[in-house]
Amino acid sequence: MTQLNFVGESSKRIDLLAKVTGAATYVDDLDFGGDLLYAEIVESPYAHALIKSINTAAAEKVPGVVRVVTGKDFPYRFGLYMQDRFSFPTDRVRFVGEQVAAVVARDAKTAKRAAKLVKVVYEELEPVLDLTEALKDNAVLVHPDLGNYTRCPWFFPQAGTNIAHWRKTRKGNIEQGFKEADLVFEDTYTVPRYTHCAIEPHVIVGLYDLAGRLTLWSASQSPYTQRNVIAQALAPLGLSHKDIRVVTPYVGGGFGGKAGVSMEIIGAALAMMVKSHPVKVRWTRAQEFYNTYQRQGVVARIKLGVKKDGTITAIEHSLHWDAGGYVEYGANVVNAVGLSATGPYRIPNVKIDSVCVYTNLPPSGPYRGFGYSEFHFGLESHMTRVAQKLGMDPVEFRKKNAIREGDTLAYGAKMNPSGLHEAIDRVAAEIGWGKKEVSKDPDKVLGKGFACFWKAPAMPPNAASAAFMKFNEDGSLNISVSGMEIGQGFLTVMAQIAAEILTVPVEKIRVELPDTDRNAYEWQTVGSHVTWGCGNAVKAAALELRGKMFDVVRRALGFDEQTLYLEDEKVKCRARPAFELPLRDFVINGIQTPHGNFIGGPILGSGMFMPEFTSALSDPETSQGGHPNVHYTVGAAAVTLEIDRKTGKMRVRKAVLAVDAGKAINPELVRSQVVGGVVQGLATALYEDIRYSRKGKLLNANFTDYKIPTAMDVPDEIVPVIIEVPQPDGPFGARGVAEHTMIPAAAMVANAVEDAIGLRMKSLPITAEKVALESSGISYDDVKGATVGFCFMGSADTYKFHAKGAAKK
Amino acid sequence: MNQRITLKLNGETRSVDVEPSDILIDVLREKLGVKSPKIGCEKGDCGTCTILLDGKTVRSCLILAIEVDGHEITTVEGLNREGLTPLQRSLLEHGSFQCGFCAPGVVLSATELLEKNPQPTEEEAKEAIAGNLCRCTGYEPIIKAIVGVGQKAGGRV
Repeated sequence: MTQLNFVGESSKRIDLLAKVTGAATYVDDLDFGGDLLYAEIVESPYAHALIKSINTAAAEKVPGVVRVVTGKDFPYRFGLYMQDRFSFPTDRVRFVGEQVAAVVARDAKTAKRAAKLVKVVYEELEPVLDLTEALKDNAVLVHPDLGNYTRCPWFFPQAGTNIAHWRKTRKGNIEQGFKEADLVFEDTYTVPRYTHCAIEPHVIVGLYDLAGRLTLWSASQSPYTQRNVIAQALAPLGLSHKDIRVVTPYVGGGFGGKAGVSMEIIGAALAMMVKSHPVKVRWTRAQEFYNTYQRQGVVARIKLGVKKDGTITAIEHSLHWDAGGYVEYGANVVNAVGLSATGPYRIPNVKIDSVCVYTNLPPSGPYRGFGYSEFHFGLESHMTRVAQKLGMDPVEFRKKNAIREGDTLAYGAKMNPSGLHEAIDRVAAEIGWGKKEVSKDPDKVLGKGFACFWKAPAMPPNAASAAFMKFNEDGSLNISVSGMEIGQGFLTVMAQIAAEILTVPVEKIRVELPDTDRNAYEWQTVGSHVTWGCGNAVKAAALELRGKMFDVVRRALGFDEQTLYLEDEKVKCRARPAFELPLRDFVINGIQTPHGNFIGGPILGSGMFMPEFTSALSDPETSQGGHPNVHYTVGAAAVTLEIDRKTGKMRVRKAVLAVDAGKAINPELVRSQVVGGVVQGLATALYEDIRYSRKGKLLNANFTDYKIPTAMDVPDEIVPVIIEVPQPDGPFGARGVAEHTMIPAAAMVANAVEDAIGLRMKSLPITAEKVALESSGISYDDVKGATVGFCFMGSADTYKFHAKGAAKK
Repeated sequence: MNQRITLKLNGETRSVDVEPSDILIDVLREKLGVKSPKIGCEKGDCGTCTILLDGKTVRSCLILAIEVDGHEITTVEGLNREGLTPLQRSLLEHGSFQCGFCAPGVVLSATELLEKNPQPTEEEAKEAIAGNLCRCTGYEPIIKAIVGVGQKAGGRV
């Protein structure tokens, strides 16, 4: 490989000066002048009810109220993969907090006061708040019209049931696989719901101007997808894509919560209703919890067959997901897991059932990890337990079965190059695996836990990225893409990729934030795919610019293009060592010939990338035949956990995580993804504890009662390890790493708790309170009170996985 | 019912008409045009609206605008009139932020700490920013940057 000058360097983030000086502008910071209107939402107090009537008369009379909007005004459905969500529901509400009406007023206080005057009459329906109930014959249906919804071709909803999608993956012969096993071990794990907790709440400002143009300023990971989903929803009003513009300044954290379209549809709807006035919808922290997306809860049963020597012969993995009232995005989480719930292991016989179940909790959707954190909790707990039963070291057991390049995946395609074995070895060495550590404090016990992970981006097969690029007079460069800087360092990485091709230093490159009117297309900034996908597009655009520059030199000076190359911002020539032409001398104004005329002109170009080898078409009964995932990123992680015997309080002494980045374009940014992701993952195990009432109301929609880590709660030490087994189709060999770093966290904590005090926790979270109670013999479920973390109220051990009645249709 | 208040904002005397019920963060952002304090939770949990009131950190979502009549307020915009502060340089050096939404609040909390305690320990740095939630970074690069300011200053003495 040729020497790299910019890729592989820890270049400083190009967005950081704006952020430390307060200059970085987020949507809520934009000024819209004195005509800006404010919206307040009227919300459903019920998890499931029919809307009998809405009386807006009193609210409309309040001075300063401009308009009250309900489902009657704006009855349109929308959705990314399945159009099951409503801008405002017309006949039925499906979760507590769902928008029923909006009051638009001259100021926020007036809107708030008037919203209280909107009278909604409901007829309460029995809510679907338990997976067992949801899957029964003759269950109450959350979506009676499910059969009529427009959806992507790889979803399989079952009309007349609450099953929105069922991904079945079958490989080999599952019965034979278990017959060949010397040991078959089966158990059930549960994972509750979680919320993203980006510090910036969702906010959108919409303006539908008198010329019929709809502009949306949106805190979004997905400007183009928002435009597309909203254009589809507004098509009945005569708007098309060219009439809609989405502008996204800096975004204060996404983690999946700002992907797709959730509350943004309200901003679009209200803008349409108050033509010529800008209108702002800003979510409160509470709304942020219950009316965007949540991570789904899941009950997962795993049956694993192994030979005495540790070879896995078969896995049966059944997952029932509490997907909430709307699954237009969330069903794809279920789908992704249904294809990949083997984990990063070579397993010849596979049976996966991943079932997306409608319930009357808030809508589900993408959350960093896209379902993988959830299934890894069970799977990686199970791997350690099976190893123990075999009398094998859990790390050895994993290594023996770890997937390798070329192995056949559960859906029949081949595994990409992977550094999993190296990751396992390096993590084991760094954590001191096998060395028992003892605390000096007699009240404290130390335990170690290990987990592997993998994840693929879950994208439609035509998810594309594009880039525009142009030189400026001084030889500096502007790149305009629509990947989103959500904190991961995307802008800097794109600059480094362009710098590598064009030899223009990163400091001389500006990467612009998205505006769908101007910037090139990007499907969405999700799935940790933009370094890979958009990176490929930027690389292609940079190569086009280089080609155009060489062409100008050839035409102006007669040099053979094959002899030209770039170095230090100059065109040089192998045939003429003395020749050097600085880029700034010709990239706008061209090269002057002896006749006085100029050859050339502004150098600009574009690039695109689409994973043309993927396909979502496969046999719905087996998932065989397609190539739904572009590639997997793999890794391993381990933790040294300290537990206070008396209080159950846990402290992470050390966490290690190795991830195969293919090629770390910017190693410091990869390391910062590891540190941030590990902390976010540990929080799902140790702190975050969502609670719903038995009527489906979220009880802790705030940071006082839903605890995310503060600076006091971080591990003593986090050691990131970068593995680099190149991804052949990635830019300089890179693949994504950002979501992955939180995936193994919960399982490694569970494994460490058992190692320390012999307690096996099979449900998340693993809070201090739970550990203290359970380790003194008190079942947490008996004392936790009448609250639930997701739609699951029974005992995991008796949960029945094959809802035959529901599956019949 | 409006009342005129006068305050020193980032070194400049400013007057503004407020209603008695106006929250300080809204007045700063909407009436005085200072946008670095952000709205994150509106109940004092997240720390994105942190400002310096007479040199002490305050959650500007928890106090009324009329309470600051005659007082002095500093936000990030007022810190670096003479170029970046050593803290800001250290934060840049350590790549301390990702999405950056918590940054203005963190910068002010750390500024207050360094005023009182120019060479804080890691524990002291953690405590100083414990009221500023960050969901991206795991805090590590922020803590290192704050401690780094003191180490650098100490080295120079």
